[in-house]
Amino acid sequence: MSAPVIAVEDLRTHIVTRWGTIKAVDGVSFAVGEGETLGLVGESGSGKSMTCLSVLRLVPRPAARIVGGRVRLDGEDLLQKSAREMQRIRGKRVAMILQDPMSSLNPVFSVGMQVREPLISYHGLAGRALRDRAVELLGSVGISSPAARLRAFPHQLSGGMRQRVVGAMAISGPPRLLIADEPTTSLDLTIQAQYLRLLKDLQTRHRLAMIFVTHNLGIVAKMCDRVAVMYAGRIVEAGPVEALFRTPRHPYTRALLESVPRLSESTDWLTAIEGQPPDLAALPPGCAFAPRCPRVMERCRAEEPPEFTPAAGRSSRCWLEAPA
Amino acid sequence: MSAPPLLEATALTKHFPLRRGILGRQAGLVRAVDSISFTIDAGRTLGLVGESGCGKTTTSRLILHVATPTSGSIRFEGAPLVELDRDGLRRYRRSVQAVFQDPYASLDPRMRVGAIVGEPLVINERPETAVLRKRVLELLELVGLPARAAELFPHEFSGGQRQRIAIARALALSPKLVVLDEPVSALDVSIRAQILNLLRGLQRRLGVSFLFIAHDLAAVAHMSDTIAVMYLGKIVELGAAADVALRPKHPYTQALFSAALPLDPGARREEIILSGEIPSPLDPPPGCRFHTRCPLVMERCRRDEPPLAPEAGRLVACHLYPGSAT
Ligand SMILES: Nc1ncnc2c1ncn2[C@@H]1O[C@H](COP(=O)(O)OP(=O)(O)OP(=O)(O)O)[C@@H](O)[C@H]1O
Ligand SMILES: Nc1ncnc2c1ncn2[C@@H]1O[C@H](COP(=O)(O)OP(=O)(O)O)[C@@H](O)[C@H]1O
Ligand code: SF4
Ligand code: SF4
Ligand SMILES: [Mg+2]
Ligand SMILES: [Mg+2]
Repeated sequence: MSAPVIAVEDLRTHIVTRWGTIKAVDGVSFAVGEGETLGLVGESGSGKSMTCLSVLRLVPRPAARIVGGRVRLDGEDLLQKSAREMQRIRGKRVAMILQDPMSSLNPVFSVGMQVREPLISYHGLAGRALRDRAVELLGSVGISSPAARLRAFPHQLSGGMRQRVVGAMAISGPPRLLIADEPTTSLDLTIQAQYLRLLKDLQTRHRLAMIFVTHNLGIVAKMCDRVAVMYAGRIVEAGPVEALFRTPRHPYTRALLESVPRLSESTDWLTAIEGQPPDLAALPPGCAFAPRCPRVMERCRAEEPPEFTPAAGRSSRCWLEAPA
Repeated sequence: MSAPPLLEATALTKHFPLRRGILGRQAGLVRAVDSISFTIDAGRTLGLVGESGCGKTTTSRLILHVATPTSGSIRFEGAPLVELDRDGLRRYRRSVQAVFQDPYASLDPRMRVGAIVGEPLVINERPETAVLRKRVLELLELVGLPARAAELFPHEFSGGQRQRIAIARALALSPKLVVLDEPVSALDVSIRAQILNLLRGLQRRLGVSFLFIAHDLAAVAHMSDTIAVMYLGKIVELGAAADVALRPKHPYTQALFSAALPLDPGARREEIILSGEIPSPLDPPPGCRFHTRCPLVMERCRRDEPPLAPEAGRLVACHLYPGSAT
C-alpha cells in the first residue's frame, strides 16, 4: 500500500460517566489507503462511533476526552491541530455521513443554502459558479431535477433523498477521507441498495479513503476491502474481508458470523452467542470476551491477550494465537 | 376437509382519511392496507415483509383488534370477528398477543418484572397469590430468566433480557397467536440469535402461531413457514418461505431479496437496483402499484391492476405470469 490517507495509532478516548471512567476507545489502530474501504463492525456500544468521532475530534465534551494516540491524515497528526484548523479540515478534507440525515441537516434552511455553505466557506465560490456547483453536486448524488430541489426544505424530502443531500455536502470538498457511520441503517432495503451503489461510485470517482461503520455483515461483505471487528473498545480482529469471513480467527468474530441467519441456508437453530454484551463500566480482568467465549481458557481470565499477527495483514487479540 | 386455519383475513382493508384545515375536510385517503387476504395456521409462522409504510403494522393492528377494518373480514378459528359478542371479543383479545420492537418503551419502568409478567393474569383471571406467583415463575423460566428476575425492575436488565420479559408477558394468557412486530431489530446483533431461538423453541413447545414482521429478510425466512410480501398496501407475493425467499417471482420480491446482502464477500449475484422512490400510499400509482419502479414494466401494467393469482406453487400479482390473465 502506498502511504495511507488515514493512519490511526493507539487511539484512546475515555468518557466520564456516573459509573466511573470508561475506555470507549482503548488502543485502536488502523490505516486506510486511497480508494480503500475499511469496515468497522461490532455491537452497539463497542466504540465504533466514538472511534469515528475521535478521528474528527468531535467527541462529546466535556464527558469524553481523547487521552492518547495519533490520528495522521496524509501524515499530519490531527490531534495536534488547533480547533480552527480542525474546522477547516472537517469542512474540506474529512467528511462524515451519519445514520440520521437530520442530524447533519438544519430543518429551517433550504437544501440549497446548506449545500452552498461549505462551497462559500471553503472554496470561496459565489454567484453563478456557486449555483452551478451546487446543482452539479446534487445531480452527482442522483437527485433528479437538482435545480428545483435546491429550493426544497429537508422535511419535504424522503429519508433516502435527505441522505443523498448529506452525501452531496460530504463530497463537496472533495474529501480525502469519508467516514460513514451506519449511513443506511434508517433506509429501506431497496433505497439502501441505491445508496450503497452511490457511495461506491463516489468513492471510485474521488479515490476516497472510506471508513464504513455498520453492524450489518452483509454490507461489509459487499462494500469493504478490509474489516476491523470491535469489542469493548478494542479491535479484536482485523484483516482483508474475504479472508476474515472465510476463516475468522477470533472466537467473537466466528460467533458473530455463525449467529446471523442466512438466506441460503435453512437451519432449525441459530448458533447464538451466550451471555450479554459487555458493560464497559465493569469489564472483567483479562479478555473482555471471556465471559461469553466458548473457548475460554484459564489464562484468558487473568491476562489480557495482546495483538497477535497470525498471517500477513491479519490480527487477532486472542490467546489462542499464542505460540505454543 | 381439514381444520380451518387459525386466522383467516379476507379482503382486509384499512383506509385512513387525511383531513386538512380547521373544518377537517377530507383531503385524501391513505390506503394503508388495501384488500389483502392471507391465512395463519395453528402452530405456524407467517412472515410479513415490505418497506416502511407498506402496511405491515397496520395489518398487525387490525389483527390485534386495536384498529377496525374499513372493509373485509377476519375469521378466528372459523368465526368472523364481527359476529363475536363482548365475551367472544374478550376471549379473542386474550388469544392474540403482541411483542413490539422496543423493549424499553413497552415495559412500565415503575413495575417489578414479576408484576409486569403477571399483570395480564391479574386483570383477566384474578388468581390467588400463590397461583399467580407460580405461574409468573413458570413464565420467567420459559423465556430463560432466573426466578429472582421477578423482584427486579426493567432498567436492571439488558435489551435482550427486556425482550424476554415482554415475551413472557405476551405468553401469560396462553395465546394462540402472537404478533411479533420487529422483535429483534432494536437488539444487539450478538443477542438476536438468542431471541430468535427462544421464539422458535416456544413455538415448538406451546404450538403458538406467529405473525412475524421484520426488515431483516434472512431472519424472516429463517422464522417463517410462509411469507407475504407487501408493497403499498397490497400483497404482491405469498407462498412458502423458501419459494419466496430463494426463488421469488414478483419483480418487487426479486429486488427486495437481492438487496438482502449475503455474508459471502465473493458472492457473484445478480443485483437488482430499483430506480426511484417508494410512492406515497396517499396516491398509489394506477394499474400495478409497482409499475413506477419495475424494471420489467409493460404497457398494460400502467393500466390494469394484476390480481394475486397462482404461479409456481405460490400466489403472485404480476402481468408477467399467465395467471393474471383471468
Ligand atoms: N393513524 C393513521 N393515520 C393516517 N395514516 C396512517 C395511520 N397509521 C398508518 N398510516 C399510514 O399507513 C401506511 C402504512 O403504515 P404502517 O405503519 O402499517 O406501515 P409499516 O409497513 O408497518 O411500516 P414500517 O416498516 O415503517 O413499520 C403508511 O403510509 C402510514 O403513514
Ligand atoms: N455522549 C456520551 N456520554 C457518555 N457515554 C457515551 C456517550 N457516547 C457514547 N458513550 C459510550 O461510549 C461507548 C462507545 O460508544 P459508541 O462509540 O457510540 O459505540 P458504537 O458506535 O459502537 O455503538 C459506549 O459504552 C457508550 O455508552
Ligand atoms: S483470549 Fe481466551 S476468552 Fe478471549 S477470545 Fe481468545 S480464547 Fe476466548
Ligand atoms: S405487473 Fe408489470 S409493473 Fe407490475 S410487477 Fe409485473 S411486470 Fe412489473
Ligand atoms: Mg454508533
Ligand atoms: Mg411498522
